[in-house]
Amino acid sequence: MTLTNRTTRPALAVTIALAVLAAGVVASLHVGSRMLSPEVVWAALTDPRADDADHAVVTARVARTVLALLAGGALGLAGAAMQGLTRNPLGDPGILGINAGAALGMVTAVALLGVTSLPVQIWFALAGAAVAGVLVHAIAGLGRDGATPIKLAVAGAAATAGFTSWTSALLITDLQTLETFRFWQVGTVGGRGVEVVGPVLPFLLTGAVLALTGARLLDVLALGDDLARGLGRRAGLDRLVVGLSVILLAGAATALAGPIAFVGLVAPHAARILLGPSYFRILPMSVVIGAALVTWADVVGRVILPPTEVQVGIMTAVIGVPVFFALVRRGRMGSL
Amino acid sequence: MSAATDSRVGTPGMPAGVDMVRAARSRVSRRHRLLVGALVVALLGVFLVRVLLGDFTVTIPDFVRILAGEQIPGATFVVMESKLPRAVLGVLVGAAFGLGGSVFQTTLRNALASPDIIGVGMGASAAAVFAIVVLGLQGVAVSGFAIAGAVAVAVLVRTLAGAAGGYRVVVVGVGASAFLVAVVQYLFTRASIYDAQAALVWLTGSLNSASWPAIARTAGCLLVLLPVVALLAGSLRLTELGDDTAAGLGSSPRRTDALLLVAVLLVSVGVAAAGPVAFAAFLAGPIARALNGGRTSLVASALVGSILVVGADHLGAYLVPDVNLPVGVVTGALGAPFLLWLVATGRTSRRSS
Repeated sequence: MTLTNRTTRPALAVTIALAVLAAGVVASLHVGSRMLSPEVVWAALTDPRADDADHAVVTARVARTVLALLAGGALGLAGAAMQGLTRNPLGDPGILGINAGAALGMVTAVALLGVTSLPVQIWFALAGAAVAGVLVHAIAGLGRDGATPIKLAVAGAAATAGFTSWTSALLITDLQTLETFRFWQVGTVGGRGVEVVGPVLPFLLTGAVLALTGARLLDVLALGDDLARGLGRRAGLDRLVVGLSVILLAGAATALAGPIAFVGLVAPHAARILLGPSYFRILPMSVVIGAALVTWADVVGRVILPPTEVQVGIMTAVIGVPVFFALVRRGRMGSL
Repeated sequence: MSAATDSRVGTPGMPAGVDMVRAARSRVSRRHRLLVGALVVALLGVFLVRVLLGDFTVTIPDFVRILAGEQIPGATFVVMESKLPRAVLGVLVGAAFGLGGSVFQTTLRNALASPDIIGVGMGASAAAVFAIVVLGLQGVAVSGFAIAGAVAVAVLVRTLAGAAGGYRVVVVGVGASAFLVAVVQYLFTRASIYDAQAALVWLTGSLNSASWPAIARTAGCLLVLLPVVALLAGSLRLTELGDDTAAGLGSSPRRTDALLLVAVLLVSVGVAAAGPVAFAAFLAGPIARALNGGRTSLVASALVGSILVVGADHLGAYLVPDVNLPVGVVTGALGAPFLLWLVATGRTSRRSS
């Protein structure tokens, strides 16, 4: 990376990222089809006895803010871990079909098997994410030149198309499930309530811890497989742990907010530009940037096209696709 | 051109060479004729199965009498208003997709560079849905929007991918597709739950809305476009050899662009009628090529496309009892494994690029 000259003031970059995140949280509580003043929000947050319309609005906004923070942070971290693990600049759980696999797992549980409890549904989402991740990487890894980023992206797109076809087939057999999953399938943090967080949180935390402990491995892997082996890494086991963390993070985030793409693509690249190539910095920074991205995407999506609401999954595609194009056009695809 | 080739090979002292080349060439063209004949028979078979069988069986004599205008209680309505239009539209749409996809794959020399993967179908879809949901248009105007959207996306992808072409076209197209899916999804979150079925039509493709006016529109467009393809297709075998070789052999790049534009129009006509039937354009070309012994055949591609769409529509209608799956769900579920297999075995691009 030739960006080291830009990384001389990491403290400043971190401060700005945190400030943007905090501003996003504040905006998320105030902004919407019903604009609230700071006093009203503060009163609703601090006074437990309040029970008016404003209070209900604030409660709903707290829920979606929490969801946005968790899903965004998880997807940013998953994308960073994935890019490091596969040394693939297009690594993103959405592009590589993992989110679509998780969505198919979840819809299978609900529509086919009639599973109604969220804790059980999460296991199906995780299983779907695992199957998709292994499938896409195994298939892209076949053939003469191994798993190149481009082949991974195409295999991921193919897997996404296939999984989405099956998900559609399941959804149209069942109008009730369709009603429930219609907005979730696009990727949204609204309307689900804060109670979905509890069952998902253990998976998110486990995934986050596993991913963050993988920072050293990812730094070594960036030097190339041969050098990593020379430096004494048991690459097999380490890779498994980081891969598991990606599955946990992406599967749980999808269970929370639906298949949101491009957050895992944009956040790590932004972190890398700001802080340089070390994964000790990229991983935590990706959490912050991913959370800020999804929070702001939600806030902007609420007001950009009144009176309707633009779902987070659509907003992140609007932001992420130009980044994707830029990365592809840069042409140095195998350079992580 | 064949005479020139023969005379060059048939130098004095090697008379056997002439016969060998002649035999080889006639074997190829005989195989192609046989294949086209077999595909026509297969298409006829699938067509009859779609029209006559299913939850409402019609005998062939009855079918002939219905076509002759006789009123048979129940049967006439089912055949003329549901089954026959679906099958006819399936044939037309499948041919348009198969032909358009095959032209793309051959011209860009990459099996993955088919219009449904690089976002052309989704572009037509997004524009059509915009016309329906936001502008409240219907009929021909929607088709116009679909065509404009497809052309716009095709130009955009080709520009963004740059002259390098090859795999970059595919990846840029995949990104564009992702974006356009988001647009369609947004437009349909604005519609009511009862339109959600319609959303799936525009995301996966379905023949549910088949009607005689739609068939007339599609057939009219195809009547105009097919002769143009036939006229331009001569340069296709040259472009297969690579841009530089093709230019050296006298094929103008502008001719290639014109051919691609016609292919975009074909695909968008199909999308306007039935939505972007997932992977129909992508599957037809490679299947036809494999059947034809590794040689591109546009006629065979069109026939395979028709067989695929009509057959998948029949499967979707009767595979799961009581559920009418859109044709695109079936082709998508079949096409994705094939696409993954192509990626896995690295058989996506031939020769150069």
